[in-house]
Amino acid sequence: MSLSRRQFIGIGGAAVAAAAAAPGLRLVELANARSPEEAATSLQRWGLLIDISKCNDCDVCVTACSTENGWYGHNRPATDPQWIRKVTLKDNQTGYVESLPVLCQHCEEPPCVDVCPTGASFKRADGIVLVDKHICIGCRYCMMACPYKARSFVHEDTTNQKPYAPRGKGTVESCTLCVHRVDAGRIPACVEACNKDGHQAMAFGDLNDKTSEISKRLASAPSTQLRPDLNLNTGVRYQGI
Amino acid sequence: MRGKTTILAGVLALLAAGLFAGGSVQAAETAAKAGSIGPTIKIFKGDKCVRPTEDMRRNHMKYILHQRDETMHEGIRTETYQLTNCVDCHADPKTNSVLGKDGFCSSCHQYAAVTIDCFSCHSPSPEENGQPPKAAETAPSRLMNLMRLSADNARPREDQP
Repeated sequence: MSLSRRQFIGIGGAAVAAAAAAPGLRLVELANARSPEEAATSLQRWGLLIDISKCNDCDVCVTACSTENGWYGHNRPATDPQWIRKVTLKDNQTGYVESLPVLCQHCEEPPCVDVCPTGASFKRADGIVLVDKHICIGCRYCMMACPYKARSFVHEDTTNQKPYAPRGKGTVESCTLCVHRVDAGRIPACVEACNKDGHQAMAFGDLNDKTSEISKRLASAPSTQLRPDLNLNTGVRYQGI
Repeated sequence: MRGKTTILAGVLALLAAGLFAGGSVQAAETAAKAGSIGPTIKIFKGDKCVRPTEDMRRNHMKYILHQRDETMHEGIRTETYQLTNCVDCHADPKTNSVLGKDGFCSSCHQYAAVTIDCFSCHSPSPEENGQPPKAAETAPSRLMNLMRLSADNARPREDQP
């Protein structure tokens, strides 16, 4: 078997390109990707780590979520949907102000699931807490039960929904951890936007996988849950609060 | 004797019903062909459906329902019976939708007097051609976020350390 000079260069070039692209791609893609026929399992538990010290006074995560999932307000702050919001904390004694995103904490023991009378509010095997809007009757018990005010009720007719993020009037909705992206082996839109913007304040990954970036970061520095006293074992963790 | 009469009457009634039903089916088909009152069936993409047409006409709702629960609760996202898959092939390129007077889904459901509410939540348009929301509505504005923040701060908050 003999290769012409042209073929040799071609193959060599492809090999170099693959080697250059592979490390970055493979770490994320292969670890997370699941085939479409495969059901989500409890082997994984998806989580999010938010480092407040790197979180600026910006709202790229909120904008990215809104664009990705097609939710928008009607200039009625009391009832507008908010899957993720920025909350400012102020230490009244020192005057120190910090800002952090608050979203569905994807609890291991979600109070919203406990109170749902129809089973619409449920936790998927891989720890993502969702609303099955097909069986949601819009009673809003889950909104009252959630200690994080993470859920919203859709008060208005919806338009321009994304094909992968259906939403409709009369149902409750909240952060899905971009489940359509996670199922395709991608990371949530907020994390992608935050990393793209260079803040690197958010990390997404499998809490059960001790070799994942999120697990390593959690193991190497102190972190906290919001309202740890409730023993909900949240999937969203914070550092630097 | 009375029994016999009853049976005979029953048989006659059945025959008449059969004839009537057959006749009405034929009438419906003719109507559909003539394009007067029948549903508009336009297929814009793909050679054939994921199942034979006859099967899909009777059972598409069962396939979609089954897929719905699997996707929602287990994260199984096979393409065959996905609603987005229906929409991708059947959306009218002119209206970019399966709804509307001649829309694939709505025209037939209207003809069959079936109220579907898939599209009160789901998008009736394929993803790539989806009309983006108006710029003002795409994202909550900076101002609104500030309003939200002040509202948040005003409400009693549990997440304060």
